[in-house]
Amino acid sequence: MSKPPLVEVEDLTVRFKGARDVYAVNGVSFTLDEGEVLTILGESGSGKSVTLKTLLRLLPENRTDIGGKVRVGGEDVLAMQGRKLADHRGGTVSMIFQDPMLALDPVYTIGEQIAEAVIRHEKVSSKAAMARALEMLERVRIPSAARRLKAYPHEMSGGMRQRAMIALALACKPKLLLADEPTTALDATVQIQILLLLRELQQEFGMSVIFVTHDIGVAVEVSDRIAVMYAGAFVETGTTREIIREAKHPYTHGLLAANLVGAKPGQRLDAIPGAPPALETRPTSCAFAPRCKHAMDICRAKLPPIRRWHDRRWVSCVLAAEEHASA
Amino acid sequence: MTASPILQVDGLVKHFPIKGGLFGKRQVVRAVDGVTFDVAAGETLGIVGESGCGKSTTARLLVQLIEPDTGQITFNGKLLGRDLSLRELRRHVQMVFQDSYASLNPRLTMEDAIAFGPQVHGVPEGKARQLARDLLDRVGLDPQRFAGRYPHELSGGQRQRVNIARALAFEPEVIVLDEAVSALDKSVEAQVLNLLVDLRQERKLTYVFISHDLNVVRFISDRVMVMYLGEVAEIGPVEDIYERPGHPYTQALLAAMPSMDPDQRTEKVPLSGDPPNPINPPSGCRFHTRCAHAFARCGQVAPPPIELNPGHRAACHLLREEPKAA
Ligand SMILES: Nc1ncnc2c1ncn2[C@@H]1O[C@H](COP(=O)(O)OP(=O)(O)OP(=O)(O)O)[C@@H](O)[C@H]1O
Ligand SMILES: Nc1ncnc2c1ncn2[C@@H]1O[C@H](COP(=O)(O)OP(=O)(O)OP(=O)(O)O)[C@@H](O)[C@H]1O
Ligand code: SF4
Ligand SMILES: [Mg+2]
Ligand SMILES: [Mg+2]
Repeated sequence: MSKPPLVEVEDLTVRFKGARDVYAVNGVSFTLDEGEVLTILGESGSGKSVTLKTLLRLLPENRTDIGGKVRVGGEDVLAMQGRKLADHRGGTVSMIFQDPMLALDPVYTIGEQIAEAVIRHEKVSSKAAMARALEMLERVRIPSAARRLKAYPHEMSGGMRQRAMIALALACKPKLLLADEPTTALDATVQIQILLLLRELQQEFGMSVIFVTHDIGVAVEVSDRIAVMYAGAFVETGTTREIIREAKHPYTHGLLAANLVGAKPGQRLDAIPGAPPALETRPTSCAFAPRCKHAMDICRAKLPPIRRWHDRRWVSCVLAAEEHASA
Repeated sequence: MTASPILQVDGLVKHFPIKGGLFGKRQVVRAVDGVTFDVAAGETLGIVGESGCGKSTTARLLVQLIEPDTGQITFNGKLLGRDLSLRELRRHVQMVFQDSYASLNPRLTMEDAIAFGPQVHGVPEGKARQLARDLLDRVGLDPQRFAGRYPHELSGGQRQRVNIARALAFEPEVIVLDEAVSALDKSVEAQVLNLLVDLRQERKLTYVFISHDLNVVRFISDRVMVMYLGEVAEIGPVEDIYERPGHPYTQALLAAMPSMDPDQRTEKVPLSGDPPNPINPPSGCRFHTRCAHAFARCGQVAPPPIELNPGHRAACHLLREEPKAA
């Protein structure tokens, strides 16, 4: 009835080949509408960055096996070549990082870099492109923007560089912004400035955002929906409220406890034991079972069933499925 | 009210000279600039503040990895340098760092790494090795599996457990933890926090716990010290600091914490700009360049600490009780 989703990912798998294989992403599916903000929440090595990089085709082609479907704006991302891929990267989709120096070039001024990106994607005059660069720096609220146009990245403070990277990413009005822990390295008082700025720009530009973080608080501040990722797979998805208030997956519960939600000062925490798996083989049973206090034989025997309330609210756990069957 | 202080820190100053600046002028980073506080036996003092405010420098001064320019440290009533040798202080006050990889010698097995300290302090080798294996067990690492391993064969969480075991091998009374859990994944961080909580009780330890994570500091601390540009902005019992912060900087820092409630997201930026540079800190109250309440006096005179409640002090001109001019 309404518009088709902007992003459709279906059963995405990513395997890195090498002396030791890494099964980094193991069957991820989701859709994202225009103007929606989805956060992928998970710990180190769970496959968050690899999932984002696949959407931009940034993975080393010869060393990766990618399976499944990835469509953005109806286009098959995995099949893109040449001009189409170039338009996709930085045009339709752009990305911001934890370390702004991954996006910024140290030998060009901020103004030159933004203008260059605008010219590459929009074929406007260099004067118009520089005007757009100035407008963008003002939009991300860099003080004395006109002067900062001529600054090099290393001449800016951490918070300013983060803003400059955001200005660069948004200069060509992407439909989709991929944000890979953009505030993780920042001080608390600067982090909240950047989070609120992103929230404001997202609404102003009406773009969709996929935000990656390991910090639940950050996820709550920016997202409409959250997908909890563990060992290369989503284990639970729902609205931000559903994940925070009605979490169903034992791993989500563990994460909430570890983030000290409802913790009593000085009292032992309900901590998840052990550590995430190494992913040298593709999981054939519940990847969380070795750390789960509810694990049963069936959890260790096969992949858990998915209990699905609807398209956007589901949990991959035997417990939730059983609760459903007996209801 | 509180037990006698195990550590008394009085007027610590540490400036680092740096090259560069305009015309090669000699400049200093005022990393720690007159810091005074006590730590009571058996308590956990949390230290918070933004990057560069001097938390790690304070920690390194406490264990004397670096010497202060001026200021005194007293341990159990004994003044360092007069009644107490450096060697004695280092045994009683141990430190655990954030970077668990850099702080372990890559060529020592875990057993050797833990046994090393006690041996230096005269414990016979056999006994030190047994102690190392007991401690591995205590921090949750099976000695059978882990005693012979090298640092690169461990995960971050496991390495941090070894660092804690290594500190415990000295049977210290105080452990200074500088971002000791910050690099860990949340689920592993929770395990290490549990270990710290257990050990504190079991061994009557005193912690100085440094972290930029205000949730974790609230969870583990009895008292909290808030630093800003090398100075103490506020110090007090944990509930006072989190429920009734007196200093505008503490208030802003707390307001900057991301919300955990989807219906109460942060709407207003509590503080604009980045923290200023400790090379040329602002005059008067160092916070006045970012403070929403600053008035003329703030830029001119450094505010002295004002006692708000027993043990709760904040350095801000707004808090001064003065006869209100009519
Ligand atoms: N180019 C690569 N070659 C081989 N393995 C890789 C490559 N990139 C990532 N991996 C592996 O894939 C897994 C998932 O990595 P990914 O970077 O997506 O984790 P993440 O969830 O983003 O973690 P973090 O929070 O630490 O950034 C990890 O085991 C990682 O070591
Ligand atoms: N050896 C040194 N030489 C020169 N400057 C130094 C040295 N050590 C620290 N500094 C500077 O002193 C100031 C305080 O640093 P410190 O490491 O104590 O801060 P911190 O509060 O621990 O910050 P973070 O949260 O980033 O760890 C910083 O500006 C830092 O750059
Ligand atoms: S002394 Fe002034 S500038 Fe400093 S915190 Fe108080 S009101 Fe703000
Ligand atoms: Mg990542
Ligand atoms: Mg530090």
